[in-house]
Amino acid sequence: MELVCPAGNLPALKRAVDEGADAVYFGFRNATNARQFAGLNFTDQRARDGIAYAQARGRRVFCAINTYPQPDGWGQWARAVDQAADLGVDALILADMGLLEYAATRHPDLPRHLSVQGSATSHAALRFYHDHFGIKRAVLPRVLSITQVRDLAKQSPVELEVFAFGSLCIMAEGRCYLSSYLTGESPNTRGVCSPAGHVRWEETPDGLESRLGGVLIDRYADDERAGYPTLCKGRFAVDGETYHAIEEPTSLNTLELLPELAELGISAVKIEGRQRSPAYVSKVAGIWRQALDRLAREPARFHPDPAWLAGLGGVAEGTTTTLGAYERRWK
Amino acid sequence: MRDTPLELTLGPVLFYWSRERYEAFYREAADWPVDTVTLGESVCSRRRDMKLDDWLGLGRELAQAGKRVVLASQTLIESEADLRDLRKLCDNGDFLVEANDQSALQGLIERGLPFVGGAALNLYNRQAIAVLERAGMQAWQAPVEMSREALSTLLEDCRAQGVESPCEVFAHGHLPLAWSSRCFTARRHRRPKDRCGFVCQDYPEGLALRSQEGQEVFTLNGIQTLSGACQDLRHELPAMQAMGVAAARLSPRAAGMAEIVAAYDAARRGEPPAPDPLRLVDASLCDGYWHGGAGMARRTEEASSC
Repeated sequence: MELVCPAGNLPALKRAVDEGADAVYFGFRNATNARQFAGLNFTDQRARDGIAYAQARGRRVFCAINTYPQPDGWGQWARAVDQAADLGVDALILADMGLLEYAATRHPDLPRHLSVQGSATSHAALRFYHDHFGIKRAVLPRVLSITQVRDLAKQSPVELEVFAFGSLCIMAEGRCYLSSYLTGESPNTRGVCSPAGHVRWEETPDGLESRLGGVLIDRYADDERAGYPTLCKGRFAVDGETYHAIEEPTSLNTLELLPELAELGISAVKIEGRQRSPAYVSKVAGIWRQALDRLAREPARFHPDPAWLAGLGGVAEGTTTTLGAYERRWK
Repeated sequence: MRDTPLELTLGPVLFYWSRERYEAFYREAADWPVDTVTLGESVCSRRRDMKLDDWLGLGRELAQAGKRVVLASQTLIESEADLRDLRKLCDNGDFLVEANDQSALQGLIERGLPFVGGAALNLYNRQAIAVLERAGMQAWQAPVEMSREALSTLLEDCRAQGVESPCEVFAHGHLPLAWSSRCFTARRHRRPKDRCGFVCQDYPEGLALRSQEGQEVFTLNGIQTLSGACQDLRHELPAMQAMGVAAARLSPRAAGMAEIVAAYDAARRGEPPAPDPLRLVDASLCDGYWHGGAGMARRTEEASSC
């Protein structure tokens, strides 16, 4: 299985490669990718340097152009596809059907991966993307149980990449408009979720409050650890009870599922977190490299090393991890 | 500008109702001034009070009453069982299907059947619409988060390039904003999804999720998350008509739907809204997406008649 790691900037890309990533993925410095953060992502020259660094070491580089071209912005997205092709990336990660067709027509020999933002959760949906746009690989949304992944993998016409570690989106990706409902900006349109520019922190007599678009997302007592106000991970009141009504602030960690994922024929495991630091990428890439190497050596006796779990737990969002939807009872 | 008047579409019921409630609702709807009625369970495959045959029966009655009938496919497809249901839907033999997922697109295109493209297909640009139009798409819905300005640009581009499929806008109701494999209504009742007890049937207009300050933020509807406020674009129908939108979608509510339809029917015919002291719905209203901002925002101030 290929280890695919996030590269929010050139130092992160290099650290990921040094720690054993088989492939890295990056985006350009604009709204064409799903992690549009201030100071993050690649200019043309930085991308050129990063691609050279990775490819010289036999690793692959994917370019994410996985937001949806807006009606007045087609040119920007089409240029991003052409730019990535000119730079010599190894694959494009795309979601929009118009852009998939554009890439298939203009750059037929450049492999196309379906982004998780393309919301393909069945082999029928994968067949659609395969038949129409010739996709080679798809990244699966984080909503399927391991049994459902197994059923899907049996009939998939394309390679599958699954999320292995990082922030946990619990809505079907590509079809979540919660962020724009509160802020006007969403993953699909702007490449952001719960964007920092709409976040407000305030110390009040009731505790530390976090707001997104003016909406109170959470309120913390003195002894509580405050987390970033991702809107689906706040505490809300439903029917008289206040709790994490949608999801707790946890991270996805599928280390223990690795043998099963390998047995299902999954081609790649993906680490989330282009917005995280080079140190984070380095640490996570290193641990997953060790895990994949051990799995290759002794697949039958694989079990996660406690040191790996401790290492990953130390950098996880909310410091707890979950198998998420892979495990049926999470639902 | 389209020459034909703006049509009204009754969207699928997003909530889980009892069979009796569905039947009573559609008996009434047969007399409402809507052009198209979209039927079916588009949210959760565990909701099984109504079988496909039941929907087809309702569809035939509505067709006899002069409605165009469309069957909505499930938006989140997860299992082989979901795909089996989807195949049956595609093979229904009577009615056009609204594809709310690429799985449905594949099933319909394989069969050479025409289809409607649902809002969750994320058709944000003319190039994507053209792909599906060539594959048999007869009409499409704009993404819920698309603004009037963006949609106007898109429709102009479509017209200029000969992409002619009619476009529908979600005009009234709680906006469908997200789908998950987790059931949030069951979570509130501390039940696993597999043993949910169909508790969402107790909430015929969903379950309000409020901030700790009491602001209505979202509405939980099983695996689906809807907006907390009710979108209301009644006053925008002339603008929609002028920019070439073909139809406005009204999303069913358990109470007061006849009045909502009547108000939209009057509005599309250019009749000024009656000075009605009663609000149409007992929820805060929003129209922010349409005006290019946060979806929850409310720009149109009309306290006396909304």
